[in-house]
Amino acid sequence: MSNATTTIESLQPSSAAKFRQRTLPILIFAAVIFAIPMTDPSRTMYSLMHQIGINIVFALSYNMILGKAGLLSFGHAVYFGLGGYFCMHVLGWIEDGVGPFGNYPVFFLPLLGFGGGALAGAVIGWPSCRKAGTTFAMISLGVAELIAAAGFMFDSLFGGEEGISGDRMNGPEMFGLSLGPIDEVYWFIAFWTVVGVIGMFAFTRTPLGKLSEATRDNPQRVQFIGYNPQQVRYLVFIIAGGFAGMAGGMAAVNYEIFTPESLSLIPSGFVLIMAYVGGITYFAGPIMGAILLTYMQSMMSDFTEAWLLYLGLMFVAIVMYAPRGIAGIVFGFVDGIRGGNAGAYFTAWIIRLVGCLLMLLGAIVLIEMSVRWSNGYGEVFEPFGLHLGHTNVLTWILIIVPLVAGGYILRRASREEEEGAA
Amino acid sequence: METIVFALLNGVIYGLLLFMLSSGLTLIFSMMGVLNFAHASFYMLGAYFAFTISGSSSFWIALFIAPVLVGLVGAVVERYGLRKVHANGHVAELLFTFGLAYLIEEVVKIVYGKTSVDYRIPDLLDFPAFTIYGASFPAYRIFMLFVAIGMLVGLWVLLKKTRAGLIIQAALTHPHMVGHLGHNVPLIFMTVFGIGCALAGLAGVIGGNIFVTDPAMAVQMGPIVFVVVVVGGIGSLEGAFLASLLIGLLQNFAVGISASFGEIFGFLGLSTTSELGSITISSLAPMLPFLLLVLMLIFRPRGLMGEQEL
Repeated sequence: MSNATTTIESLQPSSAAKFRQRTLPILIFAAVIFAIPMTDPSRTMYSLMHQIGINIVFALSYNMILGKAGLLSFGHAVYFGLGGYFCMHVLGWIEDGVGPFGNYPVFFLPLLGFGGGALAGAVIGWPSCRKAGTTFAMISLGVAELIAAAGFMFDSLFGGEEGISGDRMNGPEMFGLSLGPIDEVYWFIAFWTVVGVIGMFAFTRTPLGKLSEATRDNPQRVQFIGYNPQQVRYLVFIIAGGFAGMAGGMAAVNYEIFTPESLSLIPSGFVLIMAYVGGITYFAGPIMGAILLTYMQSMMSDFTEAWLLYLGLMFVAIVMYAPRGIAGIVFGFVDGIRGGNAGAYFTAWIIRLVGCLLMLLGAIVLIEMSVRWSNGYGEVFEPFGLHLGHTNVLTWILIIVPLVAGGYILRRASREEEEGAA
Repeated sequence: METIVFALLNGVIYGLLLFMLSSGLTLIFSMMGVLNFAHASFYMLGAYFAFTISGSSSFWIALFIAPVLVGLVGAVVERYGLRKVHANGHVAELLFTFGLAYLIEEVVKIVYGKTSVDYRIPDLLDFPAFTIYGASFPAYRIFMLFVAIGMLVGLWVLLKKTRAGLIIQAALTHPHMVGHLGHNVPLIFMTVFGIGCALAGLAGVIGGNIFVTDPAMAVQMGPIVFVVVVVGGIGSLEGAFLASLLIGLLQNFAVGISASFGEIFGFLGLSTTSELGSITISSLAPMLPFLLLVLMLIFRPRGLMGEQEL
């Protein structure tokens, strides 16, 4: 046995590492999904869970092109929407018993969504995948605007302003699920979320998945070793469109309605934010981002009307200070604690956390006070029985002191780190 | 005839407004390689600043002060935001400006409210300039034309006839060489970013009162400005100028055509009552720029006058 083979073999992950890094997270994920209905969630919890499931698949499919293939798209909702619209039409055909669709089970609708999204990806991707970078981003923006505008023009396809609605309780039942009550829809969403996650993880292990990362990093070298980067991008784009369409199919069954807004730039921007905030360099990143942002979207909008501002602040802060996203923070923390000198790492981490929390406190007081001041209804921000109007000196102290103190702490921490690294 | 004349006049004025927005964007893009998503947000800021200033003093003061303020905001954004993100690559920069556009819109909503503000054209210019074919043409639009031409000439003189312009032009293509010659390249970048934003702000000052000044104006204008920059060709001011006029005229002429597909393609058997046949050219007007963008990127990726491919 030569030396080279031994080195390559010793580089391979052991079966224990494989289990820990690949099988275990999926087992935990499945266990969580099975455990959730045991806690007897309310209707609101269920609908939140469904939305999270749909967004997990959607955000992961987006990350196939942004994180893995390095293509920044501003129009990914087009494939979600077209896949979903196709499923809405199929729902109608199932109800009317059109052709072979009369016997098609609604449970497997996301498969058709996958087909619809992939077809849309194949048609639109053909001209747009020739180049990466800004060209691709601009074409995706133009196409998204065109399709969104067309959505309001062709009423027989997209249903105009009020969209298309359907009924999921038709066709043959699968696994004894009528899909009527919300806890039965849960199993539908859970099944397809797991299928989507495993499918997209499996894709990253295929030669095409590896090639897409290579194309992102160095398209020229990919050409040298005999592959066509355009073709790689195109294939990845089609599959990503397919998974987005699958998420659309899940949404079609869950909401039973699709409107042309689902094709517009707003959901496209939201999926971009979900994936990036979660962390595009990790497979699990978009999952974290989807869970966090969907939760914020439905819960925070009850607490504050400025939640979009918080979202924007969080996004900009992540882009500027934590480009690897929430997953980067979490995994970085785990690695730091595991590595030598855990105590020092932990202290530095706590100091940063205190700095961030202080700045957050100042920002929250400022934003909440301003929102109420600008509304002019005479409402006052009153946390913990404090009366924080814009004329109150305490308000301004609570804004300026935490902001300055937090900023100072963070600045010092980053300076110390730079000196430590040097 | 009267439709043509009005579409021509309005198209040219709208095109010049677009050029005011896109000239800054194309300079920034060719220099830093960043498509500034927040560029139209600076246009919105210009309109809102002008609304505040003209409320407390006069429109004429706002015309000078508001663009300067917007330019300062832009310079601060470049110095403390964009420059920091630069190390993480172009995608991070693009995403930073994308997030910034979000932020500016939300802050504007908090400060000025969610509905449109009453930003009006000044009384001094609120009269019809001339009447043709029985319809009057507002004097304010003529004023816009002059401001835009003044800006165009000013920018041309700055870039082509001054030493500072020479350095900026050099820094567009060879930033490292300019740096080696002892010029402060980051400072040049910051200045160009500031000037670009100030031009967008100026467009907001003179455009905000003729259109609507509301928090959605940035989202409406933003994508069209990208179209202008890409169609014109990256880093080419002449191209941006041509593309602005082209899109301004295209949109204004399309709005005036009420013919439907059914009437035009009737010889192919398309009925005016069918879904495709009932679509009119005027309803397609908002889509035309994006159609142009996609076709341009597919068939001529370097734009009308660009030297490099995007």
